[in-house]
Amino acid sequence: MELCSFLTLDSFITDPLTHDFMRKALLMSSLVAAVCGFLSSYLTLKGWALMGDAVSHSVMPGVVVAYALGLPFSLGAFIFGVGSVALIGFIKQKSRVKEDTVIGLVFTGFFALGIVLVSKIKSNIDLHSILFGSPLGISLSDVKQTIFISLLVVILLSIFRKDLMLYCFDPRHAKTVGINVCFLHYLLLTCLSLAAVVGLQSVGIILVVAMLITPGATAYLLTDKFDNMTIISVLSAIISSLIGIYISFWFDLETGGSIVLAQTFIFLFAFLFAPRYGIFKLKKFFAVYK
Amino acid sequence: MESIKYHNFRIDAENICVDYNGKVALYDANLRLKPGQICGLVGMNGAGKTTFFNALTGFVNISKGKIRINGESVRSAQKDQTIAYVPQSEGIDSQFPINVWDVVMMGRYGSMNIFRCPRESDVQAVKDAIERVDLTDHLSTPIGNLSGGQRKRTFLARAIAQRASILLLDEPFSGVDIRTEKLISELFIQFKNEGKTILLSTHDMIHVREFCDLVLLINKTVVAYGETSEVFTPENITTTFGGISPDFLFGPES
Repeated sequence: MELCSFLTLDSFITDPLTHDFMRKALLMSSLVAAVCGFLSSYLTLKGWALMGDAVSHSVMPGVVVAYALGLPFSLGAFIFGVGSVALIGFIKQKSRVKEDTVIGLVFTGFFALGIVLVSKIKSNIDLHSILFGSPLGISLSDVKQTIFISLLVVILLSIFRKDLMLYCFDPRHAKTVGINVCFLHYLLLTCLSLAAVVGLQSVGIILVVAMLITPGATAYLLTDKFDNMTIISVLSAIISSLIGIYISFWFDLETGGSIVLAQTFIFLFAFLFAPRYGIFKLKKFFAVYK
Repeated sequence: MESIKYHNFRIDAENICVDYNGKVALYDANLRLKPGQICGLVGMNGAGKTTFFNALTGFVNISKGKIRINGESVRSAQKDQTIAYVPQSEGIDSQFPINVWDVVMMGRYGSMNIFRCPRESDVQAVKDAIERVDLTDHLSTPIGNLSGGQRKRTFLARAIAQRASILLLDEPFSGVDIRTEKLISELFIQFKNEGKTILLSTHDMIHVREFCDLVLLINKTVVAYGETSEVFTPENITTTFGGISPDFLFGPES
């Protein structure tokens, strides 16, 4: 990794590809990014950012318990992800405490439980890789699980793409025309838990919520069509993953953090220069100079 | 005999109660509407107007009472696309990335296959509906770029495309321009002639006198219900609005 080796763009891109772990990291992270990006457009429109944060943190004890019992970590994460949402709903209904407060206290409680469990269960669980992700050290069984979950989420979202859009836009109409709104609610929640599980391998539990909201927010600034929003969201998520991994490789930076930072920069770019909704409204700018 | 009696009514709500986690929003409410009737739903904010709509569409469950739509359950009315709901402007995220065509197409979702692929007939229904509300020039306009009146017409077109026989409209005249108001009132006459049943909530007393055959005054429960000419009296209105005199509501001239 000498400085002169990335003087040319060609070697900047191809050199890391000679390493097996880098090829795997780039592929898996792109897949995970695509899944999270797809879901992201629904979450941002539904206003579920905080919910995404809650679910992704709450999966922590599930992951730890699953590891300790030798079960697939996705199973544990899924149970705790959905469980946290059920608990949030229950406390909200049975007490006078406001919803955002309930969300905050439930997910921090779960998260704390996870940390305590890690310290108690002396096994080969690497707290650092759960918290911050480890796309470069992903194991073969994890690869299989990630591919399986990712495909499952993509298939579910593709089948119910339009129904979910309607559910986010106008649930009352959905119900009126006989669409099962309750099913869609839990479908979205299930996809959220599953995406959080695969996402945490790339960027870790703490930052996975960024994978679930930033690409959607970026896309929302760039288009007025839902289908385009999904495409832009997926693309920006994949591109950020690739950029993040390359940057972390060449400059020896934390990978998860680099991926999320890349997403944040893309968002900032859209925020400033988006044709219609950016601060500087490039469209108007060009119109003047035509 | 019993079922024949029910079939005379499009909407037959009997002693319905709705509560949200123990808080009563509506109790012992009754409503019977026949085909071709237009009924105004009048009450204060929080009097249970939206709750009444929600109960009829099945968006909330009733805790007591019975609702029959064309003599059948709310569930089967949903499956049959019998009821269309036109939301209040505030109830919709106007920044949602969707255009007029796609919103109106949502009226057809209930009768499409699971992937919601539009058939020829769906496309035609959407086209016709958009034409009837005079938005043909705005097919691909994002709803965020429409005026309040145009947006209202978009949702009305969705209800038309759905081909429902019952229309529930939440504040159809609030925040719309004169042109839209005129177009909506013309459509109401057409709907009436087509035999559709309309229930609309409104704050505007003049509209009630203008189109509504029947009026339902509510304040958590039914204060008065019947022919507009008989029921829509200053006394009843005062009771509905918790003692505020109709002079204040209508302005001094009425």
